[in-house]
Amino acid sequence: MTDPAWISTALSSARPQAVAALLRYFRDLDTAEEAFQEACLRALRTWPKNGPPRDPAAWLIFVGRNSGIDAARRRAKQAPMPPEEVVSDLDDTEGEIAERLDGAHYRDDILRLLFICCHPDLPATQQVALALRIVSGLSVKQIARAFLVGESAMEQRITRAKARIANANVPFEAPGPVERSERLAAVLAMVYLVFNEGYSAGAAEIANRAPLCEEAIRLARLLLRLFQTEPEVMGLTALLLLQHARAAARFDANGELVLMEDQDRSLWNKALIDEGLALIEKAMRHRRSGPYQIQAAIAALHARAARPEDTDWAEIDLLYSVLESMTPSPVVTLNRAVAYAKLRGPEAALKLIEPLEPKLAGYFHFFGVKGGLLMQMGRADEAREAFGRAIALANTAAEAAHIRMHLDRLAAESRPRNDMSA
Amino acid sequence: MLYAILCYNNEDVVCAWSKEQDDEVMARLQVVTGKLRDQGRLGPVARLMPTTAATTLRKTKDEPLVIDGPFAETKEQFLGFYVIECATLDDAVDVAKELAEANPGGGSYELRPVSAFFSAREVA
Repeated sequence: MTDPAWISTALSSARPQAVAALLRYFRDLDTAEEAFQEACLRALRTWPKNGPPRDPAAWLIFVGRNSGIDAARRRAKQAPMPPEEVVSDLDDTEGEIAERLDGAHYRDDILRLLFICCHPDLPATQQVALALRIVSGLSVKQIARAFLVGESAMEQRITRAKARIANANVPFEAPGPVERSERLAAVLAMVYLVFNEGYSAGAAEIANRAPLCEEAIRLARLLLRLFQTEPEVMGLTALLLLQHARAAARFDANGELVLMEDQDRSLWNKALIDEGLALIEKAMRHRRSGPYQIQAAIAALHARAARPEDTDWAEIDLLYSVLESMTPSPVVTLNRAVAYAKLRGPEAALKLIEPLEPKLAGYFHFFGVKGGLLMQMGRADEAREAFGRAIALANTAAEAAHIRMHLDRLAAESRPRNDMSA
Repeated sequence: MLYAILCYNNEDVVCAWSKEQDDEVMARLQVVTGKLRDQGRLGPVARLMPTTAATTLRKTKDEPLVIDGPFAETKEQFLGFYVIECATLDDAVDVAKELAEANPGGGSYELRPVSAFFSAREVA
């Protein structure tokens, strides 16, 4: 553990807890971050010599708090303002700190830190960037690369987010049960967003964006440790694990998207699937269903099917109907269409999605699904038209390439027979 | 005598290992277990999922209670075990030292003498 790579892993795993506790002391994001940075620098100097402490997070909080107080004192000598309003709880002893790390404090600290990052005043892009910077500790450069923007643009985005937070006045008292559950819901949504940023990347960007999926899973695990009896936290974690388990099979050698039906299932990560299944089964015993659990249950049915033809489409269709009633949205209905077509044929599925067209007129997947159904029904001209619209709306090169593959197949099928024999 | 070597570590830290780091630790542990296997001393070995995936059944006066957890109040969680044939406690300590050395994380090992061991074949 005296190796720098292992020390840096220990530092990043202690980070959410340490920064969250420092934020409670200093009540200012920048001060808490600087104090944590300072503590990390000291850790890198002393841990290789003395060996790592037994509880790295407690060590970092203690050292970070002292260095933050020192910094505030130095500033106080230069400026006339007294530091008391910057630094709270000056008289804590180490013992009290250790005690405070346990139990509800620890939980509310981290929840507060995450909640600050996904504060409703912030647009989604800022929420995700801020969480990755503050909680996960990714560098601005790493985040910029993941979002395909320049480093200075990302720096600006994060600075702007911090300024808004400073004005938002998030209360530091322990939240009541209602507020805690509202905070938790907002945080779960943010974690899901981080995951989707990584999951929706094409093959060309996957190397830069896949770490977003791993960060999201790390955040979900962190929440699960704090809220071990919340079925929706289990559901979200299960969902992310089950989706991420397919990562290695989602793109072919040319970087083209491979549909789940055509994926090489031996490439699916069994350890992630097993953990996801364990979590969703555990969640469902609570009989307090929620959208993340339903989506995880759908993902679990796919994961359980050894071959595509073993998929339990009836159960998946049923789960989608539950999800539709829980969170009515045209996108959910669209996602149901695949299961619907398997059970009732493409005509019925087309009837299901056609009324959605006005609402999803700008949505790539709508035209991808519509084209696919029309193709199955042999309505080649209409399929071509739908695919054409899909390509125009594609978000990534991989999405466009995938649709082009369908168009090529349509073109091949409409060619005279003697051309096909080659 | 058989010893169960019970491994405790902070699961947050273990879950934060990168795939490369995890693979590296597993490879180093396999060197230790490989040697024990060649000596015919290695029994079952298990690595457990995080405690967040666990469920506890607690007996009560009435129906047993099925609850989530164990709630890890402690800093270290029970993450896996080895069953090893050891002539003496010193041997067991040596094995645990080798395992500890192969694993760069913190944590602790509990050496627990086994009083009865049943393989599937022996269960009636």
